[in-house]
Amino acid sequence: MNIPILRLGSEYLSQDLVELDLGHESLTTHTANPGLIRRDLLRISEAKAALDALPADTLATYCEQAAELFLHADLPCGDAVQSPREYVESLSALTRLPHTLVRMNMGKIHAAMSQVRTIIAGLTRNMPLNIFDRGITRIDDLIIHYFPITSSLGVSLPSNAPAVNSLWIPAPVMKIPVLLKPGREDPFTPLRIVQAMIQAGFPSKAFGYYPTTHEGGDTLLTSCGRGLSFGSDATVKKYAAFPSIQVHGTGRSKILIGEDMIQRWPEFLDVIVQSISANGGRSCINTSAILVPSHRDELANALAAELAKIKPHPRDHPDALLCGFANPALADGIDERITAHLKEPGASDVTVLHRDTARKVDAFGQTYLQPTLISCADRDHALANTEFMFPYASIVEIPQSKMLSHIGQTLVVSAFTEDPHFIRELLLSPDIERLNLGAFPTNRVQWEQPHEGNLFEFLYHRRAIQGNVAVA
Amino acid sequence: MSSSLTPQAAAEALDVHTREMVEWHFSPETGCPYWLERVPALGFDPLKDVACFADIQKFEPFDDEVLRKEDPARFIPRAFGKRPYNVFETGGTTGMPKQRIGWDDYKTDYTEFSEHYGPGFFPQGANWLMVGPTGPRRLRLAIEHLANIRGGACYFIDLDPRWVKRLIGMGEMRMAKLYQEHVIDHAATIIRHRDIGCLFTTPKLLESLAERMSLVDAGIRGVFAGGTTMTPQYVRFIEEEVLEGKINFAPTYGNTLMGLAISKKRAPGEFSLTYHAPQPRAVLRIVNPDSPSELMPYGEYGRVELTTMTKEFFMPRFLERDEAIRRPPCDEFPWDGVGDVRPFQSATKSVIEGVY
Repeated sequence: MNIPILRLGSEYLSQDLVELDLGHESLTTHTANPGLIRRDLLRISEAKAALDALPADTLATYCEQAAELFLHADLPCGDAVQSPREYVESLSALTRLPHTLVRMNMGKIHAAMSQVRTIIAGLTRNMPLNIFDRGITRIDDLIIHYFPITSSLGVSLPSNAPAVNSLWIPAPVMKIPVLLKPGREDPFTPLRIVQAMIQAGFPSKAFGYYPTTHEGGDTLLTSCGRGLSFGSDATVKKYAAFPSIQVHGTGRSKILIGEDMIQRWPEFLDVIVQSISANGGRSCINTSAILVPSHRDELANALAAELAKIKPHPRDHPDALLCGFANPALADGIDERITAHLKEPGASDVTVLHRDTARKVDAFGQTYLQPTLISCADRDHALANTEFMFPYASIVEIPQSKMLSHIGQTLVVSAFTEDPHFIRELLLSPDIERLNLGAFPTNRVQWEQPHEGNLFEFLYHRRAIQGNVAVA
Repeated sequence: MSSSLTPQAAAEALDVHTREMVEWHFSPETGCPYWLERVPALGFDPLKDVACFADIQKFEPFDDEVLRKEDPARFIPRAFGKRPYNVFETGGTTGMPKQRIGWDDYKTDYTEFSEHYGPGFFPQGANWLMVGPTGPRRLRLAIEHLANIRGGACYFIDLDPRWVKRLIGMGEMRMAKLYQEHVIDHAATIIRHRDIGCLFTTPKLLESLAERMSLVDAGIRGVFAGGTTMTPQYVRFIEEEVLEGKINFAPTYGNTLMGLAISKKRAPGEFSLTYHAPQPRAVLRIVNPDSPSELMPYGEYGRVELTTMTKEFFMPRFLERDEAIRRPPCDEFPWDGVGDVRPFQSATKSVIEGVY
């Protein structure tokens, strides 16, 4: 199978190729040199004009139709046609995600596409879609004007989390062309979404698809008017000087249990296990730390017993939840790092008491890291507030009154509390990006709420407008 | 332009040149202090034991740290007496620079380059613009010499690669980008307001310049570029899109220690580059990285080894920080070439290169 570059909708075969092994066949992706991306941006106005020619309502309808195509149709994939089943198998072969998780990610993407009107309404606080056609709308007696601050959104995607594609999906409906750099091991997901959108009616010129190098990724992000990237703290630091680039870094998502509810801890086991392990523990919205005011040992022991029940399975097993590592050296590095930190006092691995194998195991032709819960007597221990690409969490005991000054930047907090005073403090905290009140998993998604930042406000700015607005 | 030599005749000429250069550099009447003082430690007598190019293997690979540590004056051949000389520094090196002295070698190299391409490739009489590292670099004088012998003048826009490296090292990507934009602004201004027909620049700066303007419409007819890796895709992109298929393109591989290696002519649709050293003054070999005395088979990647042998400079078996495919002799150059050059071990480790 050959996957070419899409240069604003036109296929381009590069001389620089990357060969990947799908098991039953080989895959060749064509690599874009950075200059080629900048060259295409010179004619981005054509892509913008193609989207501007269609009403946003029509584009939203196309997106809803594309959702069904994405989930059910055979779609072009380079020089081949890919069925949904082939998509699942091929993506699993490259990323080592179990089929169950690929299907779950497909479901999330389908939901983002089919509910694009809800998502955009959430982002724009219920402005009508024609704000993208006219730029002006009226809410009650107030005239509101928004204008696009960019004519392109560059997105550098990861290999390990297909569902993050849902974050850029509203952009073409908002009439902003997208230029995508797929992760090396996931060339399929963004291309399948793009092909579904094109089949549904979107102008092909609205999409760039560029398998490329790290330098090409930098070019894409820094040359588009707006950029989205995903990565670690290092990625955040790398692009910190570029206000046009929004980086989705380490999540460090947490569950905070209040003093009023900690006695009820046995009721929360399922929610906490789900928060830690859903999607193979790879997501930034997975829980990586649990903060409790008391009962640390009892809760840790019970959670560890549940987590230890999650075992590796073959990738096509219906109960598979753990992901193998496409690069075993990465698993080695994580395992060695945890083991080294455990030699420092103040933290212990509770899961090790509940399973008879090591954290890192080779099974079914892959390397796995099994779920791990670290109980931290020292709340400042190196393992107390960190995140790894597998079901990993720490549990820390800390007075409720000190929790919010301790958490640091956190993507999602699920606060298990009904204490009005604590809730008030949570609502005022500047460190929390997304707040769940009640015993909800951190990986809960409500489509009308923004994920991390607001894509609409990232792409559009509000401008004052006065005078004879009726002629506009 | 085809060579009049066969591969065998070229090899024999190289052997003759090797004997002459070794005799020059290791004779007390003509040689330089650095090499003459090294003789006792060599373990052989170059004047007696080097009879052909293969005997250059008796030297250990040259350690380029010498070019940082030693006073460049210790490389002045006695035969040159008190003749004034140039001190050149290598490209983007930070810290104490590596230095090489020279007199006329750059003129020899660039006159040969000019003759290779004939009068039409870079229009005779056209003015040149050099955009790239000037300062203490051999290239700055070499490009001006090239422009002058072809009947034109040369304008210069400097880019300091050491500052770019430092910016990147400090994580100041944004500032590095702004600096590049500043250089390109300046170059675009010169092209718009002066009659420029030929360019020397690095491929990345060339790309950026062509994003500001059509180089064809600006009157550019020939481009000479070097300095970074050019993959086949990159060459295709430069020729088809940056130069719009209408501007002559001469990619080269070179540095202060060698001079420049010209790329052989390519068939239509062929984008893989093969460079040939200015033999016999310099020789490029592709060697086994783990055993540098062994040549790699044709068609395989190995480390680039450079030997430079002119009356001005002798440098045996310097292992470059590049790797390339060993390619066979051709009509134009009846000696080995080096293909698809890239940073050494770039296929297995991350290498920062091509900062400009």
